[in-house]
Amino acid sequence: MTVAIDRATGKRRGDRAPRPGLGQRLKNGYQKYWYAYAMIAPVAVVLGVLVLYPLVYGFYLTLTDANSLNTARTIGVNHIDATYKFIGLGNYKDILFGPLSYDRFWSHFVWTIVWTVACVVLHYSIGLGLALLLNQKFRGRTFYRLVLVMPWAVPTFVTVFGWRFMLADGGIINASLHALHLPTPLWLEDTFWERVAAVMVNTWCGVPFMMLSLLGGLQAIDATLYEAAEMDGASAWQRFRYVTLPGLRSVSSTVVLLGIIWTFNQFAIIFLLFGNTGTDAQILVTWAYQLGFGQQPRDFAQSAAYGILLLAVLIVFTSFYRRWLNRNEQQLAI
Amino acid sequence: MTTTTVETSAEVSGQSVTDAPRRTVRRRGERGPVATLTSHALLIVASLIAFFPVAWLIFLSLGPDKDDYLRPGRIWHTMTFDNYSFVLQHTSFFSWLKSTLVVTLGTTLIGVLIAATTGYAVSRMRFPGYKKFMWLLLLTQMFPIAVLIVPMYQIMSDLGLIDSYLGLILVNCTTVVPYSAWLLKGYFDTIPFEIDEAGRVDGLSPFGTFLRLVLPLAKPGLAVAAFYNFLTAFGEVAFASTFMLSDDKYTFAVGLQSFISEHDAQRNLMAATAVLIAIPVSVFFYLVQKNLVTGLTSGGTKG
Repeated sequence: MTVAIDRATGKRRGDRAPRPGLGQRLKNGYQKYWYAYAMIAPVAVVLGVLVLYPLVYGFYLTLTDANSLNTARTIGVNHIDATYKFIGLGNYKDILFGPLSYDRFWSHFVWTIVWTVACVVLHYSIGLGLALLLNQKFRGRTFYRLVLVMPWAVPTFVTVFGWRFMLADGGIINASLHALHLPTPLWLEDTFWERVAAVMVNTWCGVPFMMLSLLGGLQAIDATLYEAAEMDGASAWQRFRYVTLPGLRSVSSTVVLLGIIWTFNQFAIIFLLFGNTGTDAQILVTWAYQLGFGQQPRDFAQSAAYGILLLAVLIVFTSFYRRWLNRNEQQLAI
Repeated sequence: MTTTTVETSAEVSGQSVTDAPRRTVRRRGERGPVATLTSHALLIVASLIAFFPVAWLIFLSLGPDKDDYLRPGRIWHTMTFDNYSFVLQHTSFFSWLKSTLVVTLGTTLIGVLIAATTGYAVSRMRFPGYKKFMWLLLLTQMFPIAVLIVPMYQIMSDLGLIDSYLGLILVNCTTVVPYSAWLLKGYFDTIPFEIDEAGRVDGLSPFGTFLRLVLPLAKPGLAVAAFYNFLTAFGEVAFASTFMLSDDKYTFAVGLQSFISEHDAQRNLMAATAVLIAIPVSVFFYLVQKNLVTGLTSGGTKG
């Protein structure tokens, strides 16, 4: 029995006999690959059942007017059959161009973009700054590193509540601002300050990951490159610009992509910080959740349509990002 | 790239810094007292910012009154551990602990098992559909929860899996399996292929090779995947909040929210619970974080 093990068969690929017929190929293929398929079968089944089927089903729901009043449900012993009907692309039309589309979709869309850009820029720049500081040789850097990782070590759903206590009106932050005779914004009520608070909390939570990844990248840069740059009379800025940044390129492109995806999809922070209040500070993900689960009746169809639109935005963005990286001859590390 | 390769490369660069160009490095890296002070000052400020919210939560958890967070000054005089004993004795803390452990460990175990077989298959074999499959794994990682949560809710309620541990474990697996599979693929790639061949020559079946030779060698990689699954499942908020309905089946992420309802906000108890949850998880995180970071950024560099 031959098992399709790449590095074993791959070498012999060149001197293979002429292509056999279809039936023979299927048979060969089966004999060769059954083991591979058997190995991925569990995950293919799981992903198929848990990801692909819901995705297709979810897409179907977006073409209907399903909500919690007309889907199949069981109340006590009575089972009520689903009565929602197919309405084509109506939901998408309503979300993107309907009369309320600005308030309901586009304002959240713009805010989501602003949120993602602001958070990732802050994550990356603060993370890089701290990584550069930690990459020096001095006493106590292990200690600093351990403390700085703390926002990542403590579960987000715990720390967000800590922030809520601090940001509450009359909490420590406003009390301190008041003591300093500075204005005390309503962090959890006023739209603008809600947004600022959300970016702040997310930055606080996200910096440690960037910092550690970039620190790993910095430590992998060959020290002799710095020596050579020094010999050529490069200034500190030039060493940073022409040695450090290019050396970090592959780590950077990966963590920035991950950061963008994670921030764009960030649910826990905004959901826990504002709950069902703060409508204008909801990004698209939490807004979609609120449509589907945070109101009565639950609007399943619209919520799912938001989900599909979000996924579409991410896929388009990621493929452009990869293309842009390929053009610059960089490889993504994932 | 995997844990091992990164570690060795760090060692190598560490050596080259310490051994060979010692004098030049010192001269070049020599900083005036001002620069050193600035570094320390910046790091101290950053550390304070990183530490303060957590410290504040611990501090508030010692105040006896639910509105003490507005009057922190009072806590100094009335500091007490009453909140902790109340939480442990009179709330559903232990049933939350039980459901959290069931869900988290279930997700970890099932996730690692499925991901290991997948990771091995994609590491060793090129089968038709390989590229598409890898692309699918990658794509799954960027699903916003909003895409799946609605259909998932419908499917789960059809199957009667709403408010059941199994349902939540399965749903959590959708988020952890694709990533763990990438991670483990990277790890299996570093195990020499000759080991498989030797096993086959000595008469092991393909599954025997995997179970008896490759899996034991991949223990560090499996551990990293398990850590990742554990921490992800532990911190999961959206699915748990939506799918778990009865109070005694809440995971910590949901239970903690239940302290603040529209009528009442027991913030002192909430803070105490938060601290009780955070301590063991943070300790665990610190123990494994080094592996986690190298694993996270170096998933499948070797195509």
